[in-house]
Amino acid sequence: MESQLVTAVEVVLGVPAVLIAYIWLTERLLTPASERWRRRARPWLWIAPALAFLGFFLIYPTIRTVIRSLQGKSELTPKFVGLDNYKWFFTNDDALGSLLNNVLWLLFFTGFTVGLGLLVAVLVDRVRYEAVAKSIIFLPLAISMVAAGVIWKYMYDYKPPGARQTGTLNALLGTVGVGPIGWLQSPGFRLSTLALIAVMVWMWTGFAMVIISAALKGIPLELLEAARVDGANEWQVFRKVTLPMLGPTLAVVSTTMIITSLKTFDIVYTLTNGNYDTDVIANLMIKEMFTVGDFGRASAVAVVLLLAIVPIMAFNIRKFRAQESLR
Amino acid sequence: MTTMAVPEASSATRTPARPAAKRRPTRLILHLAVVALMVIWAIPTIGLLVSSFRPEAALSTSGWWHAFAPPYQFTMANYRNVLNQAGIGQAFVNSLFIAIPATVIPLFVAAFAAYAFSWMEFPGRDVLFVVVVGLLVVPLQTTLIPILKLFADWNITGTFLAVWLAHTGYGLPFAVYLLRNFMGSLPKSVFESAFMDGATHVTAFFRLAVPMSVPAFAALAIFQFLFVWNDLLVALIYIGLSNSDNLPMTATMANLVNSLGGGWYFLGAAAFVSMLLPLVVFFGLQRYFVRGIVGGAVKG
Repeated sequence: MESQLVTAVEVVLGVPAVLIAYIWLTERLLTPASERWRRRARPWLWIAPALAFLGFFLIYPTIRTVIRSLQGKSELTPKFVGLDNYKWFFTNDDALGSLLNNVLWLLFFTGFTVGLGLLVAVLVDRVRYEAVAKSIIFLPLAISMVAAGVIWKYMYDYKPPGARQTGTLNALLGTVGVGPIGWLQSPGFRLSTLALIAVMVWMWTGFAMVIISAALKGIPLELLEAARVDGANEWQVFRKVTLPMLGPTLAVVSTTMIITSLKTFDIVYTLTNGNYDTDVIANLMIKEMFTVGDFGRASAVAVVLLLAIVPIMAFNIRKFRAQESLR
Repeated sequence: MTTMAVPEASSATRTPARPAAKRRPTRLILHLAVVALMVIWAIPTIGLLVSSFRPEAALSTSGWWHAFAPPYQFTMANYRNVLNQAGIGQAFVNSLFIAIPATVIPLFVAAFAAYAFSWMEFPGRDVLFVVVVGLLVVPLQTTLIPILKLFADWNITGTFLAVWLAHTGYGLPFAVYLLRNFMGSLPKSVFESAFMDGATHVTAFFRLAVPMSVPAFAALAIFQFLFVWNDLLVALIYIGLSNSDNLPMTATMANLVNSLGGGWYFLGAAAFVSMLLPLVVFFGLQRYFVRGIVGGAVKG
């Protein structure tokens, strides 16, 4: 315990110190080099620590996953099977169903978290109880996934018609005379998927709000006042000044939310485990990995997930280029 | 260091944040909308909070709102069970030992990389940046087995070091992404005039980029802390398989539920116990989200 404490303090103070010393040292070492070489080498030296971590924890396993996706089921003697695992993915009804669900996740989860996050950030900016309001919206993010699952079991709980409803939503519906709905047991219209999306929107709106709000606070007041002095009403100020200034931040939040929606796993796993047409790609991957034991297929599913991000990244880089020319 | 004066924002006439339009109906609608959102967001959590004080028998037969009608059945039993769980104190300390370094390390590593991505020119910069952000999408689960094998070779499974390193690696793509975006949108003129005056990149980083990015750092610190604090999977794989003494609170909570055979009614109490610290962190860092910090000024 004592020694653990010493280690933790050493790490918290030591790692930043080592990093700063590292940057200082590289500058020292670069001093004798020509300006041209310094310009060339410096960025790589600054990025190197990050690249080392990324290479080890993410790039190396990803390369292994790509290779594994081209191999068969057996873990002891993996044989190359070409694109068979991908062929399975794109011809299997369950796999395509989970792909469709991920599209729903992408559209609704991203739309609602970013939209509501922006709305809340802009609204609470104008009231005195901003801190309280933001804390309440943020609160769900501090709840672990398992606990969130329990909370929403209470919310979505379904008892047959006539019985006393213990779920908050069905009890509310009962007071206006609408029969109970099996929120998590309705494959029709993918209602259950939408119910799961609602849970995640509840959890992640706070995330979007915090980042958008931080950017909102960065907009110089003079700019907003200037627009108001010029006779713009609040809506015009928002449309013509605030929104464009938030553009890059909204792109970041949207991208993060899209990726979160593609990787959705925990909430599906805890609330429905993919039943009632709610399965998603990440849950499918876990099933193939641990239930079926087919690491080849599981890896192929992971690679599909990786490839889905390519168009989003292409959009991002164009956004950054445009921002580059603006600033 | 936060009072770094920036030319752009030094104009003396700062008007208060209240918008000019103060017409009553608009203000009323604004308040109604905010309060409605607060209520909707709070109800699920309030439901759990109330439930966490109710006895098991009541939970399965009536909704949480029945707790406010007679017979008033409230109990501390759920909390007593959670807090009396063997090793909960040690688990709390473990969680702290895991979460604090695992928040600090990626923040620093990402800051240098983000600065290089935003204010240094080098061939392949955009491609490399896309690769870094693209790594956000890598499912954690696919990395566990290869990394675990390497950790076992190095004999660091079961140690805090293993999870510090792992959380740093997993948290970096988002950290670099967010910081690069924030640092990249800082006014170019400020940096250009600094370089003109002979400032080095080291000076620009410590005297301009870092102080001006305080809100982004605060947001990032909160998120990274939360993810690590609430993480179960990474801790179970890299620590739990070889040394259960070092497991964080999430693992103890999960055991509590499992060992008591579907003791899900403890989860409400457990959730509130484990939520306390993240909320303190959020409240503590919230003061960095005030308007004007980017310009180096204090809220008027």
